[in-house]
Amino acid sequence: MSSSTKVSRIGEELWKTKIDKVNAELVTLTYGTIVAQLCQDYDGNYHDVNKQLEKMGYNIGMRLIEDFLAKSNAGRCANFRETADMISKVGFKIFLNVTPTVTNWTSDNNQFSLIFDENPLADFVELPDDGRAQDELWFSNILCGVLRGSLEMVQMQIEAHFVSDVLRGDDTTEMRVSLVRYIEDEMPPEDD
Amino acid sequence: MSYYFTILSPTDVPLFNIAFGTSKSGGDGIARFRFPEAAQNTYMTQFIIHSSLDMLEEAQWMGGNMYLKHIDTYPPASSYISAFLTPSGTRFLLLHQPPQPNLPPSSSSGPGGGSMSLSVTSGMGSSGLFGGSGSSSGRASSSSIAANPTSPQTEEAVRQFMTEVYENYVKTVMSPFYRRGMEVKSPVFRGKVSAAGRKWL
Repeated sequence: MSSSTKVSRIGEELWKTKIDKVNAELVTLTYGTIVAQLCQDYDGNYHDVNKQLEKMGYNIGMRLIEDFLAKSNAGRCANFRETADMISKVGFKIFLNVTPTVTNWTSDNNQFSLIFDENPLADFVELPDDGRAQDELWFSNILCGVLRGSLEMVQMQIEAHFVSDVLRGDDTTEMRVSLVRYIEDEMPPEDD
Repeated sequence: MSYYFTILSPTDVPLFNIAFGTSKSGGDGIARFRFPEAAQNTYMTQFIIHSSLDMLEEAQWMGGNMYLKHIDTYPPASSYISAFLTPSGTRFLLLHQPPQPNLPPSSSSGPGGGSMSLSVTSGMGSSGLFGGSGSSSGRASSSSIAANPTSPQTEEAVRQFMTEVYENYVKTVMSPFYRRGMEVKSPVFRGKVSAAGRKWL
C-alpha cells in the first residue's frame, strides 16, 4: 500500500512540475475528429475502426514510453502489480491527468482492470445512433494500443481491450489488461 | 400552458423540435394546443413559429443580446413566440400558448390539476420555483407564467430555459459525430430540454 501511495505522489509531483499542459478541449475535439473520420473512412465498419485505433495507439505507445521514462525516471517494476500502479498513477496521470482505478486482479496476478471514472477523450461524445456503434465501437480504443506499445518496449507483451464503456450506456468504463509474457532477450536470427 | 420549442439552423433548416406542456400549477407536462381544427394541431405550431422568422431577423440586429425576448404574437391562436439566438446564427424559438383565460386552469391542465400551485413572485431564479407548493387549490396566481405570457416573470423564466438549453446544445454539437446542419437526434439532449422545460416553464 505504501509503495502505491508513493507512486501516486510521484505522479502528482511530475504533473505539477514537469508536464506541459494543453487545453483539454483541444485534445477531446482532435481525438473525436480522428475517430469520426475513421468511422467515415471505414464506412462504418467499427471493427476495423477499433483495430486502426489500436494500431495508432501502439505506434504512439512505442515512442511515448521513452518520453515517460525520461520524465519519470522510474526504475524497473518488480512485478506486474507495480507495473499496474505505475500505469495508472504515473502514466495516465501525467499524460491525461486521470488515475484509473486498478482492480479485479486475477489470482495469478497477471490480469487486472482499469476503471476510468473520467475519460477526457470521451467528453461531449455521443456515439452515432445507427444501431451498431453502441455495440461495436470502442471509442477510446487508442488507449489499449498505447499500453500495448509502451509495455512491449519494456519487455512485456500484454493484451488490452475495453470490456465496458459509459458511452455505450454501461455503468463504468473498464479496460482489461492481461500479461501474456515477459519478452526475453532474443538472439537475432543468424544470417548465414 | 402549452409550449412548442424548435431549433432552426442559420439557413432555416429545422434541427430539433419538441412539444410539451407546463409542469407548473399542477400541469401534467403534456401539450394541449387549441387551434380551430384539431387536425391542424400537428403542423399549426410549425406554421406559426416559422412565420415569426421575419420578425426575428429584424430583431436580431437591434441589440447585443442573445435572448431576444418575446418577438411575435399570433393573435388568432393567442400564441406568443420568444426567441434566442446563438452567436453562430442558430435560432431557438419557443411558442407558448396560455390556457384559455375564461376557463378554470384545471380544464386545460388535465386531471392532475390542483396538486401544486405556483406563485412566481415568491422568488425567481432559484429553488423558489419549486418551493411554491403551499396552497392546495388549482388557482394560478395572476402573475404566474401561464397567465401572463409577456410579463417580466415569464420573460425571465423563458430566458432561464433558453440559457439551459443553450448550454446543453453546445455540448451536443461538440460531439465529434455531429456535423453542422445535421438534425439533433440525441436522446440525451431531448431529455435535457424536457427537463429544462419542467424546471423553468
